[in-house]
Amino acid sequence: MRLEALHLDRGGRIFLALLAVTTLLVPILNLAVPADSPLHVSTYTVTLLGKYLTYALLAVAVDLVWGYLGILSLGHGAFFALGGYAMGMYLMLQIGDRGVYGNPDLPDFMVFLNWHELPWFWHGFDMFWFAALMVILVPGTLAFVFGWLTFRSRVTGVYLSIITQALTYALMLAFFRNEMGFGGNNGLTDFKDLLGFDLQSDATRIGLFIASALALAGGYLACRYLVNSKLGRVAVAIRDAESRTRFIGYRVEQVKLWIFTFSAVLAGIAGALYVPQVGIINPGEFSPLNSIEIVVWVAIGGRATLYGAVLGALLVNYGKTYLTGVMPDAWLFALGGLFVLVTLFLPQGIAGLMRRKEVQA
Amino acid sequence: MKTLDRLRQGLLRNRAWDLTRPDLSLELNTSHGTLLYLEDISVSFDGFRAIDGLNLYIDAGELRCIIGPNGAGKTTMMDIITGKTRPDTGTAWFGQTIDLLRLSEPEIASVGIGRKFQKPSVFEPLTVFENLELAMAADKRVWPTLRARITPEQRTRIEEVLETIGLQEHRTRRAGALSHGQKQWLEIGMLLMQAPHLLLVDEPVAGMTHQEMDRTAELLTSLAGKHSVVVVEHDMDFVRSIANKVTVLHQGRVLAEGTMDEVQNDPRVIEVYLGGEDVHGPMA
Repeated sequence: MRLEALHLDRGGRIFLALLAVTTLLVPILNLAVPADSPLHVSTYTVTLLGKYLTYALLAVAVDLVWGYLGILSLGHGAFFALGGYAMGMYLMLQIGDRGVYGNPDLPDFMVFLNWHELPWFWHGFDMFWFAALMVILVPGTLAFVFGWLTFRSRVTGVYLSIITQALTYALMLAFFRNEMGFGGNNGLTDFKDLLGFDLQSDATRIGLFIASALALAGGYLACRYLVNSKLGRVAVAIRDAESRTRFIGYRVEQVKLWIFTFSAVLAGIAGALYVPQVGIINPGEFSPLNSIEIVVWVAIGGRATLYGAVLGALLVNYGKTYLTGVMPDAWLFALGGLFVLVTLFLPQGIAGLMRRKEVQA
Repeated sequence: MKTLDRLRQGLLRNRAWDLTRPDLSLELNTSHGTLLYLEDISVSFDGFRAIDGLNLYIDAGELRCIIGPNGAGKTTMMDIITGKTRPDTGTAWFGQTIDLLRLSEPEIASVGIGRKFQKPSVFEPLTVFENLELAMAADKRVWPTLRARITPEQRTRIEEVLETIGLQEHRTRRAGALSHGQKQWLEIGMLLMQAPHLLLVDEPVAGMTHQEMDRTAELLTSLAGKHSVVVVEHDMDFVRSIANKVTVLHQGRVLAEGTMDEVQNDPRVIEVYLGGEDVHGPMA
C-alpha cells in the first residue's frame, strides 16, 4: 500500500490519526483502568464503537461507488448481510453441543426443523479460513454477476438504484424462509466463541474492536489508493460523462464492474466483523431501509471524500443510539429531517462544510 | 457471447459471408491511400431514413469538411463511424483491414478514431492536465489503469499538446472553469492525446469569438497531414478558411463533393440551401 496516496488528503490524515489514537486508548481505558474510575470505558461502549467502525467501513464502500463512480447503490446492505451470514455460519458451527438441544453436528434451528444432516452449503463453514474466504467470495460473486448483467445492459441512474433495492429485498424474502437453511426470521444467534476465544470476554471484545479499526483503516487506504490512481480519475469521468469516457477508449462496463465488486467485498468484510460484535444476524439486515440508511450516512458526511462517509456513519449512528434510547419514536423523523436539511443546505455534507472553511482561510 | 454475435451477424443479409472472413484485424493498413471507406450505408430511426445509401471516402492525411442543412445526417454519420449507432445496411472500413461494424466503441477508439462532440464535453471536475492524461493513448484496461504512472515521455507528450492547444498556463485549472473556447481546444487536445489516425470534429467553432475561430482554424489545418481530419460545421466562412475539399450531405446522402467554390456554385446545393419545396432550380 502506498502511503503517498495520503499526502493530499488532509481529512484522511486527521481521520486516520484519530482512529489510531482511539484504537490505542480504548483497550487501555477498558482493560487497565479500574471500573470505578471516570476514565474507564465499559465493554458495552467498546462493542458499540466496534459496531460503529464496521458501519463506517460499509459507508466507505458505498461512498466509493456512489461518490466516485456515480452508482447510487440502494442495496449495499445485502453485501454487508451476506458477509455477516458467512461469519454467522462459522460461529453457529462453533457452538457444537453447547446449544439448547445439545446436538454436536447441527445448529439448534435445524434440530428444531427436524433436519437430520447439515445442508450441503453449510459444509466447510466449521473452518475459519473457509468462512473468511466466503466472506469475500459470496458478496464479491453476487456483485460481479449482478454488475455484469446490469452494467453490460447499460442500466444506469435511478433504474440501477431500483434494481439494487429489489436485489436486497428479494434476498430478504428468501432469507426469511425456513427452508433456505439460514435460520429463517430468527437468523443466526447464540454464538459462543470465535477461533476459540469466548465472545463474551472483554479481551475478545477488544480484539474485535481492534480488528474493526484495522479493517476500516485498510479499507480506507485501499479506497484512497484507488481514488487517487488514474483509475479513480476514470471513475470520476464515468460518473460525469459516461459515453464520453467510452469514446476515449475506456471499457466503462469493466471499470464499473470491478469497482462495484471491490466495494461489495469491503461491505462483506464489514458485515463479517459486525456479526460477532452484535451477536446476531437475521434477514432484517437485508431490509431495503437499512441500505437507504447507509446512503443517508454518506450524504450527511459528504460524498466523494471517503472520510466524510466515516464521519457520517459515526455521527448518525451515535445519534441513532442516543435518540432511540431517549425517544425511540422520533428516530426515523430525525433521520429523515437530517437528510432533507443536509440535501438543502449542505449538498457537500459535513465534509463539504470543512472544505469550504479551508478554501476561505 | 462472441458466437451469438457471430450468429446474429450471419443472419444479416449483407453480412452473410462474415463467417468466411479472416478473424478480426486491428492492424491499420492504408496502402491504397484511403483511410475511411463508408459504402452504401443506410440507417432509419422509426421509419425516418437518417442516412440513405451514403458513400464517403476519406484519404489519409486529408482535411475534409462536411456541411449540410439540419437533419442531413451529419451527426448520425459520426455515430456510425464511432460505433454509437449500427447501420441497417452497408459497410464501414477503416483502412483496408479493419471492419468498424464489428467493433465496440472503446475498440474503435483504440484503433485510432477520435471524436469531438458538438457540445464541449470535457471532464469538468478534473484538471486540464488530468483530462489530457485520461485521453492519452495507453493500455486502458482496468488493472493497468489502476497501476498507471505517468512516464517522462508521456509527460513530455502532454506538455506538447498543452502547447499546441495553448493551454500551458491552465494545466492545473479545473476544466469546468475554462471558457467555452478553451474547453473546445482542450477537447481537441484530448483527441490528439489519443494519437488517432482519424479525428472527427463536430462543430468546433459553435459559440466561439472571431479570434478563437482563427486559432481553431490554425489548429485544425496544422493537424491535417499527420492525421485525417473530418470537420462537421455550419459556419461557412470557417469552412472556407480551412477546407480544400467539402462534402455536402442532404437527406442522408452525398449531394455534392469538391472544392468550396465548386460546391457553392453547384445548382443542387444552391437549391438545398436557398430554395424551398416551391423553388425549382435548373436541375430536375
